[in-house]
Amino acid sequence: MLALQILIDGFAISALYALGAVGFTLIFGVSGVLNLAHGGLMLIAAVAAWYTAGELHAGQYIGAITGLAFGVLAAFLTYFVVVRPIQRSRAIPRDETEIFVLTGTLLWGIMIQEAVAYFFSDNPLTVPALISGVANIDGVRVPFNEILVAVISWLSIGLLWILVNRTRAGKALLACAINPRGLTLLGFELGRIYLLVWLIYGLLVAAAGVLLATFLGTSSGNTGALTASAFSIVVLGGLGSVSGSLIAAYVVGYMETLTAYLVSPQIRTIPSLLLLVLVLYVRPQGLLGRR
Amino acid sequence: MSKPNPSQQNARYAALAAVLGLAAFAAAPLAQAAEPIRIAVIAENSAIGGIAITNAAKLAADEINAKGGVDGRMIEIIDYDDHNSATDAVRAFQRAASQDHAIAVISSYMSEVALALEPWAARLHMPFITPGAASNEITRRIHEDYEHNKYTFHGYLTSTELAQTVCNFSHDVLVTKLHMKSTVVMSEDAAWTKPLDNEYLACLPKAGLTVLDHIRFSPDTTDFTPLFNQIEAKHPDVITAGISHVGVQPTVQWASQQVPIPMSGISSQATTDTFWRDTNGAAQGVILEENAAPNIAVTAKTIPFAQAYIKRYGVTPGYAGYSAADDVNIIAEAVKRAKSTDPDKLVAALEQTDYIGTMGRIQFYGRNEPFTHGLRYGPGYVTGVVVQWQDGKQVAIWPADIATGELKFPSFIKLPEQHAGK
Repeated sequence: MLALQILIDGFAISALYALGAVGFTLIFGVSGVLNLAHGGLMLIAAVAAWYTAGELHAGQYIGAITGLAFGVLAAFLTYFVVVRPIQRSRAIPRDETEIFVLTGTLLWGIMIQEAVAYFFSDNPLTVPALISGVANIDGVRVPFNEILVAVISWLSIGLLWILVNRTRAGKALLACAINPRGLTLLGFELGRIYLLVWLIYGLLVAAAGVLLATFLGTSSGNTGALTASAFSIVVLGGLGSVSGSLIAAYVVGYMETLTAYLVSPQIRTIPSLLLLVLVLYVRPQGLLGRR
Repeated sequence: MSKPNPSQQNARYAALAAVLGLAAFAAAPLAQAAEPIRIAVIAENSAIGGIAITNAAKLAADEINAKGGVDGRMIEIIDYDDHNSATDAVRAFQRAASQDHAIAVISSYMSEVALALEPWAARLHMPFITPGAASNEITRRIHEDYEHNKYTFHGYLTSTELAQTVCNFSHDVLVTKLHMKSTVVMSEDAAWTKPLDNEYLACLPKAGLTVLDHIRFSPDTTDFTPLFNQIEAKHPDVITAGISHVGVQPTVQWASQQVPIPMSGISSQATTDTFWRDTNGAAQGVILEENAAPNIAVTAKTIPFAQAYIKRYGVTPGYAGYSAADDVNIIAEAVKRAKSTDPDKLVAALEQTDYIGTMGRIQFYGRNEPFTHGLRYGPGYVTGVVVQWQDGKQVAIWPADIATGELKFPSFIKLPEQHAGK
C-alpha cells in the first residue's frame, strides 16, 4: 500500500514539476533566457487565482482563469520590462547579455516576492480544489484534485508537444532554438517568435502556479525554492531539452517522494540535489543536453 | 509696491527671527512637559501574526492617550519591520535605543528573534517584552543571570506551559469525554517546540494519551502527505500539533486528503479569522490553544479589545495581538509607578505588575522562580483557552467555565467510538 501511495503521489508531484520546468527550458532553448523570476511568475498566477477565488468570491474556476491571464501578463511584463531592454542595450557587451538577463530576472523575481509579501502578507495561499473529494485507489486515499493536477499537467505538456511538432509556428520555435540566424535568413521575424514563446511560457508557468496553489498551496517565501526546483530539474535534464526536463522532473519527483516516505520528509530534497551535483561533475550538459 | 532696501529687509528678518525665537522659548517648557513616552515595536509586518503586534500596540497606545496618557505624557509607538530576520530585529533594537530614544521595546512572536534581542536588552539596558515568543530559553537566561538579563520580560506563556494547557484540555475533554487513548505528536522544528515537545511527551501520557510517535518536520515543508501517511499508519486517536511557522498548508492538506484523525494542540496561524479564509474553510474541526479569542470573555477586557481591533483593522487580532496590547498597558503602568523612564527603575516597576489584561491577570514570576519574568500561569492568572473552528467561528471548548460549545468534527473524522464500531 505504501508502494502504491509513493507511486501515485510521486506521479502527481512529478507531473507538476514537469509542467513548471518545461516552460523554463523552452524559454531558454528558444530565446536563451534563463528566467530566474520563474517562481515569481508562478506566484503571481497563484495570487491572482487565490484573490479572485477567495477574496472576490468568484469561485475556483474563474479564479483559475484569472490566474492564467495574470500569469501571461506577468510573463509579457517580464519580457518587455526586464529581458528585452537588456538584450537590446548597447551599453551591455554582447557576450555578457545572458549574465545581465540572469541578474535582471533574479532581481525582478525578488521584487515580485517582496511586493506580494507587502500587499498580501507572506501567509501561504491556497485556492480551493478544482474538484473536491477523494478517490479510494486500492486502499490509498487520493484527492480527486491531485489526479486532476496530474491530468492537466500532462494535457498541457501534450498540447505543447502538438504545437511544437505539428504546427508551422511550433516548427519555427524549434528552428529558432537550433539556429535563429538561419531562421531570419528564411524570412521569419524573430521578434514575433519571441512573443509567441513568451506567450506559451506564460501559459505554462501560470498553469503550474495555479495548480500548485490548488494542490499544496504556495507563499511568497516559497518563490526562491520554486525557481531553484525548476532550475535544477532543467539543468539535470539538459538546458533547453524539453524531453530531458520531463525525464528529470520524474527523477527528481520520485527521488523526493521516496526519500520523504522511506527516510524522512526532513531531508526530502537532499538526494536529488546530490544527484544534480554528481551530474554536473560527470555529465555537465545534463541527461539529454546538447551543450 | 516698492522693493524694500537691504537694510529694511535685514530689519524684517531680525524681527521675524526674534518673534520665532520668542515663540520657541515660550513653547519649550510646554514641549518638555508633553515629551512622549516612546515604545518601540519590532515585528514582521508581512506576517499576519507579526502585524498584529504592531497594530495592537498602536490601538492600546491610542486608548491610553485618549484617556490623557501617562501623567499627561502621550505614548508614541515607533514601529519597525524586522522581515522575520533576527539581524534586522537587532538593528532596529539598536536604533530604537540610540536614535529614537525608546524607553522600552515590544518585539516578535519568533523565539529565534526574541533570543537574539535578549542580549541586546542586557547590553543596552533596554526593557524588552516579547508578546509572542514561547521558548523556555528566554526565561531560563533571566533566571540564571538575573543581574545581566533582568531587562527582558516574557509577555507570553512559555512552551512548557502551552503544552501543559494542551495536556489539561486533552485530559478533560479528549480522554474523559471522547474516550481517546492515543496520540501522535507532530511539531515543526523550531526553538519554541523543543521544550514544547519535551512537555508534551511528559504530560500527554499523564493526561491519558499514549504517545505512539513523535514527528518533527522542517518548517519549509510544503507537502505534508508523507507526514500524514506516517501518522495514520500508527492509528492514533488524535494528532497533537505544535505548529506556528506553518499552518495553512498542513490544515488544507489534512482536509483535502481527508485524514480521519482530529487535529489538536497549538496552531498559531489558526488564531486569526483570516485563517478560515486562507484555508477556504479547511480549518473546520481544528482544535487549538490560544491565550484569548475574540468572542470569549477571558476577562472583561478581551471582547472590547477584540472588537475595537476588528473595527479598526478589519480582522481579528492574531494571538500576539492580545499580549502586545497588554504589554503596552503594562509598560504605561510601570512608568506611572516608577515615575521615571530610567531602565532599572522601570524594570523594578514592571516586576510589580499586577494588571488585568485581555488574556488574564498578569504578574511576572520573581527572580527565584524558574520562569523568571515569565507570566504567572494557572487558574486566576493566565491559563490559555482551547477553541475549535466551527463554521467560520472559533467556539470556546475549554476551560469549562468559559466554554460556549461542544466539539464537532467534519464527516471524514473517525472518533474512537466509530473505530470500535467498525
